[in-house]
Amino acid sequence: MPWRVEPRGVSLAAALVAAVLVALNLGALGAVLWRAEGGGGWHAADWAALRFTLMQAVLSALASVALAVPVARALARRRFTGRRVLIVLMGAPFILPVLVAVAGMLAVFGRNGLLNEGLAALGLPRLGIYGLQGVVLAHVFLNLPLAVRLLLQGWARIPAEHQRLAAALGFGARARWRHIEAPMLAQVVPGALAVVFLICLTSFAVALTLGGGPAATTLELAIWQAFRFDFDLGRAALLAAAQATLGLAALLVLAFVTRIEVAQTGLDRVAPPPAGGLARGFDALAILGAAVFLLVPLGMVLARGLPHLAGLPVPVWLAAGRSVLVATLSVVLLAAMAAALTLAALRHRWPEALGMAALTASPLVIGTGLFVLVNPWVAPVHLALPITALVNAAMALPFALRALIPAARRAEADYARLSASLGLSAWAHGRLVLWPRLRRPAGLALGLGAALSMGDLGVIVFFAQTGAETLPMQMHALMGAFRSDDAAGAAVLLMALALGAFVGLERLIGGRDAET
Amino acid sequence: MLRLDGVQIELGDFALTAELEVPQGASVAVIGPSGAGKSTLLGALAGFVPLKAGQILWQGQRIDTLAPAQRPLSLLFQDNNLLPHLSLFDNVALGLDPNLRLTTEQRARITRALAETGLDGLESRKPAQLSGGQIGRAGLARVLLRARPLILLDEPFAALGPALKAQMLDLVGRIVRQTGATLLMVTHDPADARRLCDLTLVVAEGRAAPPEPTAALLDAPPPGLAAYLG
Repeated sequence: MPWRVEPRGVSLAAALVAAVLVALNLGALGAVLWRAEGGGGWHAADWAALRFTLMQAVLSALASVALAVPVARALARRRFTGRRVLIVLMGAPFILPVLVAVAGMLAVFGRNGLLNEGLAALGLPRLGIYGLQGVVLAHVFLNLPLAVRLLLQGWARIPAEHQRLAAALGFGARARWRHIEAPMLAQVVPGALAVVFLICLTSFAVALTLGGGPAATTLELAIWQAFRFDFDLGRAALLAAAQATLGLAALLVLAFVTRIEVAQTGLDRVAPPPAGGLARGFDALAILGAAVFLLVPLGMVLARGLPHLAGLPVPVWLAAGRSVLVATLSVVLLAAMAAALTLAALRHRWPEALGMAALTASPLVIGTGLFVLVNPWVAPVHLALPITALVNAAMALPFALRALIPAARRAEADYARLSASLGLSAWAHGRLVLWPRLRRPAGLALGLGAALSMGDLGVIVFFAQTGAETLPMQMHALMGAFRSDDAAGAAVLLMALALGAFVGLERLIGGRDAET
Repeated sequence: MLRLDGVQIELGDFALTAELEVPQGASVAVIGPSGAGKSTLLGALAGFVPLKAGQILWQGQRIDTLAPAQRPLSLLFQDNNLLPHLSLFDNVALGLDPNLRLTTEQRARITRALAETGLDGLESRKPAQLSGGQIGRAGLARVLLRARPLILLDEPFAALGPALKAQMLDLVGRIVRQTGATLLMVTHDPADARRLCDLTLVVAEGRAAPPEPTAALLDAPPPGLAAYLG
């Protein structure tokens, strides 16, 4: 069985990826600490940033998951026309560039947004979006779809026999909740909470646009401010160390709460008809509410931006070109890293852990570190695009591995013995057995990576202060300069590029009938 | 008497018709090739598979319009008859009250049913801590407790070894005699049919045939059944 032995190329490639990731994380962190020169001490403002980072992440996770429960339940047990389209559309915010989401939030909840115009028309006071509420609101908008997806998987894992058993024994809403749904949620909810919490922990772009000030600054934002306004590397380093510690702690918690797989594969049969009456109205409300909350802001972005798309100034188009370049490079890097680690994960446990910890040091920490490292030798602007691409690829790696490794392990467990008995070569095994089962998760992962990279506003801010701006940077500058028409147009362009890259790659790699 | 009157089932490409009667108190084996629709037939009786046409009647009353829990029957699946997070006692108790608010009298009945199925002493165990045979017994304890006049078994003992399966079938026979229930049991093994069922119903080629005496049918099977039995 020649292919049961790990091909040497795989071992080498995986080791190389591991080395790059470790160097990226530890190197950046080390560089920051080295330049910190003792640092300026931990201030009250830094405590506030730490507190705010934790609080907004906790609130965002709780709100996203709590709202996701009724939505996922309604989607799991109702069948209606447009259900599939709605599920696909509801996935959009997760791959949406953060700045576009912010633009959508401002269009609905901002000072001159739909909501406040409505309130004003009724003679009610306007609500403010800036601060904690805005940050949490944007995070819920971005993460609710993810939470719904995660919980939907939980509902799908309830064996059909248990659904039938509940119907056969005449379970009411109470018994169904107690015996079927609550135990399932108890397994799925901690993981969903942890994932959203982890994502919000490194919130930069949302805090940059909707937060700020002493009361609403995340650690990531504080790192950037220490760097940008004071060029106080000592403080940036201290904050970066705090952010990295926090990230590592959260990661350990995530590993701990991640659901233990219980064998519950029921036969895939038609579920019995769900409850009607009050439950039906409640489900309709949940689905409608989620659709309005998620789709109206996107509609507003389109409505405000489309008229200004054609008239966008040349620098915006140039920035868009650079963003496409960065995303392309990033996807290539992501594909290489994910492939090496996935193949290595068939024989080892470590690639999984490494991949999940790919960015333990957050993007802004890495940005600070790399800036410190390269600044004495090269003008940072020359490295803006490759470094951004690499960091973006590392950011998407945990998601990619989460999709790829289980699928690869399953394919291996199901068919490795068959391949061995038929005498398939490693190449034939990869082509005939692994790839057909991996192309769909691969398409999803690379599409996600492309969209993430296209919309990322993070590490690039350190390197592109004197040119080489990407589209998100341009858009942020336009927003800051109150050029709202151009900003709205740029938002539509950014959204189109990110969604287009996602859908295109998913179709191209995942196959024509790929679905999200 | 159970009567299937012009029943038609369609699920995508799959179609099944049934026009038959099962006398009250009979024990009927349901046999036929894989994918012929044995489980689908039981699913339709239990209310999980919609009828395209026809009626199902029990003692002259239509039951195909009732919700699954209202039908006069208990059904055991091949797997997942027990909820993994509930104790054996609670799993069986679900048959009396889904909300598990049990009276003393109900608790006593559950304890008795557990004793009758040889499960006493295991009340607090979770399904993961039970053997395959004990899981099968737990399902039967619930069937016994519910005491519905119709019992449907969708191969719940298929994964058990021959000796254990024989024990389970004897237990089923005891429950059927004790409650006077009518039994429909899907099986792949003609020996099961001979052991327990006076009648056998063949599901093949899109049709569920009326039940016939088991011994005669198996001794001189019609061509379709002969091919299946080998």
